[in-house]
Order: sequence, then structure tokens, then C-alpha cells
Amino acid sequence: MLEIGLAHYLSVAAILFTLGMFGIFLNRKNVIIILMSIELMLLAVNINLVAFSVHLGDLVGQIFAMFVLTVAAAEAAIGLAILVVYFRNRGSIAVEDINMMKG
Amino acid sequence: MILPGVLISGLAFYLFAFITVASGVMVISARNPVHSVLFLILAFFNSAALFVLLGAEFLAMIMVVVYVGAVAVLFLFVVMMLDINFVEMRQGFLQYLPLGALIGLILLIELAMVAGAWVISPEAESVAAVPIPPIEVTHNTEAIGNVLYTKYVYLFEASGLILLVAMIGSIVLTLRQREGVRKQSIARQITRKRDETIEVKDVPSGSGV
Repeated sequence: MLEIGLAHYLSVAAILFTLGMFGIFLNRKNVIIILMSIELMLLAVNINLVAFSVHLGDLVGQIFAMFVLTVAAAEAAIGLAILVVYFRNRGSIAVEDINMMKG
Repeated sequence: MILPGVLISGLAFYLFAFITVASGVMVISARNPVHSVLFLILAFFNSAALFVLLGAEFLAMIMVVVYVGAVAVLFLFVVMMLDINFVEMRQGFLQYLPLGALIGLILLIELAMVAGAWVISPEAESVAAVPIPPIEVTHNTEAIGNVLYTKYVYLFEASGLILLVAMIGSIVLTLRQREGVRKQSIARQITRKRDETIEVKDVPSGSGV
């Protein structure tokens, strides 16, 4: 029980990923929380990568986790910029109101 | 008899994992988005601690610097800058709860099935692309640096390019020209001539302008 192995880390990552997925469904009125849920999912992916990297004795997993981190930071910056512009134009950040681009 | 070291690291794992998951729950269910951001910071801190337990110290520190230092502050800035009615935002929360819970449950069961039905091949460790050197020879940061700047240097440059594109993109997106704002135009200032701006009047004495 107290011997921590790969399965423990994978379970934490699976729970975090599911929470992120759940958060996207739950917060349909708030794009900021959806962006945070995506960050949670990326965190779960990073935990998986690092756990496998250590378990298999291969450093590439940690390098890849660093690139995931970079892309996550870029995605957060662009997403928040789009959010600010959207709020300036429409005065709301609800997902249901984002229908200007359809058809 | 369990060794004390194993006991301490096991208890530390459970503590950090519990706080990470609990703050993940609070991120998606907190009433106020500011609290959500703060719980996100807590989740990242504790997962950095999990990385330290795994032996990936460099990534843990990068995690704290990037997420707590940059991304979380960015989120806080945007949350506090936008003038949103938080009460109205909570409407429809329970409407999506059954569907979301169902999909989350299915996903979790699928992940558990994947993890249960799968084994690591015994020769997987011998085909590692970059084997982790023993900690007495090279520590984690040095080992990452040794491969990141040699074998993966193109990917490293590419990630720098991604950050540059993201920076320029977000500046271009949020920049706006507003009407009726007085601004200094340096080009107009330095191109104006003396003849256009100054007129010399020769006023005879005693007659006024």
C-alpha cells in the first residue's frame, strides 16, 4: 500500500484528466474555467509522461513534458487574449453566445 | 517491517496526491473564478511536489516558475479585469451535471480498463532513447541539459518560436486604436518646418496688431 509505484501516479493523472473533462461540461457559461480545465488536463498528461519516464528509465519523457508545458503556456496566453477581445466586443464570456461564426 | 524512508515517501505521495485532486475538484466547482485560479495554483504546486517525489526536480521547478509565476498571474489578471456578473454565470450549472458526470464516469472506466489490461514489455528499459544516468554521476538538471541542447535542439528552437508566435499573436489581438485619444505623433513632430508654424509680423509701433 505504501510502496508507491507507477499505478499510483497513473491513477492520480487519470482522476485529474477526468476532472478537467468534467469541468468543461459543467461550466458552460464561463470560458475562463474551461481554459483552466484544459490546463488541468495538460497537467494530468504531464504527470503521466514523467511517471512513465522515471519508470522506464528514459529521459525523453521529461523533455517531452517540458515541451507540453511550453505549448500550454502559449495556449493560455492566446486563449486569454481571444477571451479579452471577445468580452470587449460582446460583453459576455458565455460559450452559448459564441455563435457569430456559424454558417 | 516497512523502512522509514518508504513510509515517509508513501505518506508524502498520498498527501500531495490528495491535495492535488481536491484542489482540482475545487477549480471546477468554486463559485468565484478568482478562487478557481487560486486552487489551480495549489494543484500545480502539489503536482510539482509529486514530480520531486518522482525524481524530476528540474521539471518541478519549471512547473512552479511557469505556472505559478506566469500562467496563474495571467489568469488572475484577466479574471479581475473582466467585469462579469458571477451569479448569472452559475445558472445552468446543474443542468449539465448529469451529462458531464456520465461522460466523466465513462472516461474514468475506460482509463482504468486501459491501465488494467496493459503490461510493460520487459525489454522496454533496454531500448530507452536517452537512459537516465545514475544520480551519483549526473543529477536531473544536468542530464536534461545534456540532451536538450544537443539531441533535441531543433525542438527546443521550435518551442521558442511557438512562444514568439504566441506573444506576437496576443499583442496583435488585444491592441486597439481608440478614437478621440490624444497621442504623441513623433513623425509629425520632427517633420514640421519653421515656415508652417511660425509667422513673423512686423508691427509698426503705436498702431497695435
